[in-house]
Amino acid sequence: MSRTFVGMPTFPVAAREAVADTQLRRNLGHATATIRARRTAAVGEVDDWEALRVKGAQAKDRVLADLDTYLLQLEARLTEAGATVHWARDAAEANAIVVAIAKDRIADDPTPEVVKVKSMATQEIGLNEALEAAGIHAWETDLAELIVQLGDDLPSHILVPAIHRNRAEVREIFRREMVTVGRPAPDDLTDEPARLAEAARLHLREKFLRAKVAVSGANFAVAETGTLVVVESEGNGRMCLTLPDTLISVVGIEKLIPTWEDLAVFMELLPRSSTGERMNPYTSMWTGVTSTDGRPDGPQDVHVVLVDNGRTTVLADVVGRHALRCIRCSACLNVCPVYERVGGHAYGSVYPGPIGAVLGPQLRGRQGALEQSLPYASTLCGACFDACPVRIEIPELLVHLRTKVVDDHRGGVPTPEAAARKAGAFTFTKASRLEKAQRAATAAGRLLGRRTHLTRLPWPLSAWSEARDAPAPPTENFRQWWARTRAGDAGDERGPQGEGQ
Amino acid sequence: MRVALFATCFNDTMWPSTPRAVVTLLERLGCRVDFPRAQTCCGQMFTNTGYAAESVPLVRSFVDVFGEFDAVVVPSGSCTGSVREQHAGLARRAGDQGLERAVEQLTPRVHELSEFLVDVLGVVDVGAYFPHRVTYHPTCHSLRMIRVGDRPLRLLRAVRGIDLVELPSAEECCGFGGTFAMKNPDVSVAMGSDKARHVRETRAEVLVAGDNSCLAHVGGLLSRQRAGVRPLHLAEVLASTENAPFTPEGVR
Repeated sequence: MSRTFVGMPTFPVAAREAVADTQLRRNLGHATATIRARRTAAVGEVDDWEALRVKGAQAKDRVLADLDTYLLQLEARLTEAGATVHWARDAAEANAIVVAIAKDRIADDPTPEVVKVKSMATQEIGLNEALEAAGIHAWETDLAELIVQLGDDLPSHILVPAIHRNRAEVREIFRREMVTVGRPAPDDLTDEPARLAEAARLHLREKFLRAKVAVSGANFAVAETGTLVVVESEGNGRMCLTLPDTLISVVGIEKLIPTWEDLAVFMELLPRSSTGERMNPYTSMWTGVTSTDGRPDGPQDVHVVLVDNGRTTVLADVVGRHALRCIRCSACLNVCPVYERVGGHAYGSVYPGPIGAVLGPQLRGRQGALEQSLPYASTLCGACFDACPVRIEIPELLVHLRTKVVDDHRGGVPTPEAAARKAGAFTFTKASRLEKAQRAATAAGRLLGRRTHLTRLPWPLSAWSEARDAPAPPTENFRQWWARTRAGDAGDERGPQGEGQ
Repeated sequence: MRVALFATCFNDTMWPSTPRAVVTLLERLGCRVDFPRAQTCCGQMFTNTGYAAESVPLVRSFVDVFGEFDAVVVPSGSCTGSVREQHAGLARRAGDQGLERAVEQLTPRVHELSEFLVDVLGVVDVGAYFPHRVTYHPTCHSLRMIRVGDRPLRLLRAVRGIDLVELPSAEECCGFGGTFAMKNPDVSVAMGSDKARHVRETRAEVLVAGDNSCLAHVGGLLSRQRAGVRPLHLAEVLASTENAPFTPEGVR
């Protein structure tokens, strides 16, 4: 019942459609402005935010530098605590592991089902679709994920996957769809947020009480103790993590942090960056199978699936690996002027926005046209880096990936752009060549007479002039003016050598 | 002090009035300005489009041309950023340690115009006169790449006759982004439209920035709208005086 991102068009094509969607522009503009203001306030009241960012980045870098050691440490602690650890190289392996466990526990139920805590990793591997294919319903229990799932829609934001919907649209989805999969929405449902939340609460409650298996991700996995951490704000996660007998957590291998003490840093960084809160409302932590006063407490059948799915490839790139520091706070989405106007769907994966533009082409490879277009889906304005709580140099990473995309295409028949760049570089390596090219510009400037602006340019420059006037070239460029007025000056004596060769 | 002007290829070719204004301004402040004619381009448009290999000869040429000067003044935030933040990395990527060292020795002496005035010359009041209603857009690379901070605004506030008004959402990108403007024209224009709207809200007659490329984008939209707003480089405002006030005729 849910859609996937497979077969998405390139970014510019999808973006063109998105910027024309007036409802989307309004919803996104309102939502991102609100979260931005909250984040700015929450970050602003911390005495030394910069020092905290540095600490967060260092903790992640420490893990990434010795990932194998930390992973084995985590596995040992989890196993000691009664959990079963599974290793998955890719999405297919991870899905197969989860499906097998779930099938074993619930295959004989009249309606086999699992409840899910919001998780990026399970979306990345397409777990819901894999479970569905095995005849198991996967119910999303996060309010926004529920909206997306009921609406047969795609998530468009890491933290707020239904950010592209407004409350009137949410009301419609609830009224139309809840009845098809469980407790219907109340007849008199309005678009008031409290009424909508109440409808979701009632709808989900019966699923929480019924489910025998829950699937979660983890925001952090503490290697030192074997503790998994889920950070959420609705309490639905707490329900999933405590009520069912079986708990399966799908965790990307970059989610590790070295010690319990490091967790304190991230519990400051994450809520302030993502929701703009001082403290996270529901933080659940568990270490394997737990008991209280000798009596079983919470799920007694605990599994952790550690997923690579491209991460070790990213790790092998000394520049690109910085993207693995990401703690999925989505601050970079909220401050990105491109994301604000386009929304998340145009990025064609569960990871939208600036971080998606650097993670996607690395995790999935650069073969697809969409992945090749993503590093260019940015003005390199740098707002993402300033907002990132773990100091990921996203603009630098984007340029790094652009270079890889260009280098991938070297050797074959050059694209028109590559040919133009080559010619350009040849022109610019010698001032004498540049001067010749510039003379053509000033000649055109003289032909244009008194016109200061051009309104129509031929392809490919028409991409500019369709909506923007272009300046007409001047009749005299700077170096001509310099030569005319300053001839004999010191600067002139160091003119280009080897003119005409 | 031997001061060199790096005009930048865009300014040299398309907006010569900007580097001319820099020469006028710096000479008025007592500097002797050289324009080494062998200069070409910092390579930013190649680097940021993914053509790192093509940029390396330009890095080499930049070091050759400007290496001996005490200060290099650049009337562009993004070209300054390209030199200071990217040249060393390009040399490293090419495996040229000698070039990397040469770049690292030179880059501390490369200054964006407002940095040079405030930090090196130590002036804020440059004796300018500009009796117009002005709003200032801090371009992204000035703001977040080379971090010029409020230097341009301090220079503008000291200009006689100026009516300086604050631009709403000033720190948000205008949508130019180099080749982004061509590769993603719809998003670029959507962002630029909002920037142009904010400019119009100020009722300024002149939009000032430290990068002519961003100004060409926002200015191109304002011009298409017949908005009656002139995009103008910071250098040209600062070069204007009572005796030699800015005139639009000087632009072409």
